[in-house]
Amino acid sequence: MTSKTDTLEVHSSTDIVLIRQAVRKWTAELGFSLVDQTKMITAASELARNALEYGGGGEVRFEQLEKSGRRGLRLTFEDHGPGIPDIEQALTDGFTTGQGMGLGLSGSRRLVNEFEIASTVGEGTRVTITRWK
Amino acid sequence: MSAQGLKKGRLAGIVGNHEAEILANWVGEQTAVKGRRGASLNESELRAQCEAFLRAFRESLNGAASTDVESNEWRAVRGMLDELSRARAAKGFSSSEMAFFVMSLKRPLFGLLREIGGDAQSLADTTWEATEILDRMALFTTEVYQKAREEIIARQQEEMLELSTPVVTLWKGILALPMIGTLDSARTQTMMESLLQTILDTGSSIAIIDITGVPTVDTLTAQHLLKTVTAARLMGAECILSGIRPQIAQTIVHLGLDLGGMITKASLADAFAVALERTGRTIVRVRTGPGRESTATAIGMDPPA
Repeated sequence: MTSKTDTLEVHSSTDIVLIRQAVRKWTAELGFSLVDQTKMITAASELARNALEYGGGGEVRFEQLEKSGRRGLRLTFEDHGPGIPDIEQALTDGFTTGQGMGLGLSGSRRLVNEFEIASTVGEGTRVTITRWK
Repeated sequence: MSAQGLKKGRLAGIVGNHEAEILANWVGEQTAVKGRRGASLNESELRAQCEAFLRAFRESLNGAASTDVESNEWRAVRGMLDELSRARAAKGFSSSEMAFFVMSLKRPLFGLLREIGGDAQSLADTTWEATEILDRMALFTTEVYQKAREEIIARQQEEMLELSTPVVTLWKGILALPMIGTLDSARTQTMMESLLQTILDTGSSIAIIDITGVPTVDTLTAQHLLKTVTAARLMGAECILSGIRPQIAQTIVHLGLDLGGMITKASLADAFAVALERTGRTIVRVRTGPGRESTATAIGMDPPA
């Protein structure tokens, strides 16, 4: 069940800072521990930067979830960039098509409980991450 | 809205003949509605500004062929509004207070037009001309005001950029770089430059980078840190990373970041101890006693550089 939603835009590196602050606020409200907060914030930072650098900008949807007494936060990053031709390769540690370390996507997956990625070449990429309290 | 041709002379004539009267009413209008910050501008100052503006307004009206205040004929008035808006933005006035400066001229001016009267057609025409000019000027002041505020913000950001990267000498040959806030690329660049320059200036062999005040360490931040450390190493200085809190440590592990090439410590104090050891110094207790202040003193050290 979704009890609260919001959407933020990603068009500059300042937006990434704002997204990190928003994730901090949402996770603190849900009562996440400091470690869990930091993990979610870091994953959001990576994925927002991917959407900006490789997808040419996009948006993040925030959803506060509740399932059988557990509360969680789901973030959906969506861009309309070139898409990822080989997702398995993109999820390999150290693989990058840009200037980064190639750990953003694979590292984010390890920082959250649920990770989903869907990408169509020429249409864009959508990454959904969820972390439960 | 498209600029309209001015009916030569009528509005200019009216303003010219009744300048003193308009001025008195206009100042009265503004002092009557004193805003929150109205008090910070004294009346004689306001009167002087209004007088100067009215003079420029009349002169421009005399020469102007249209109500387009962006045109060359209105340059004097624009210059005055520009200066005034900037001064008020710096003083902390709001944009609506700035627009009110121009808008409040309407009532005295329209009142006068009504008194003078004339046939309905020319009264309506002149009123329309005055409205159009004043509205355009109010929009202009708002734009200038906004631009001035943006400039102030940009300047403050730059100032903070420099403020946030102080390199301090802890002991002879030992530098510390306490970092605070977000490590976006512009700031990291400034940080790297000032660290490398200070290494050169002081001939230091060890630099401690303290990230206690950095809330998030993601792959980009880590990459910047690694580059800084590599550059320092090329100059013959070793870097120690300190201030890694438990939540940051766990996040770094899950992200898969390899900081193996770096000496890392939990606190700045631990890092300093390592730095002293590496430069052949040590801290020992020279006296034992109940007093806090008398227990720990360093020996075998040179005085701070």
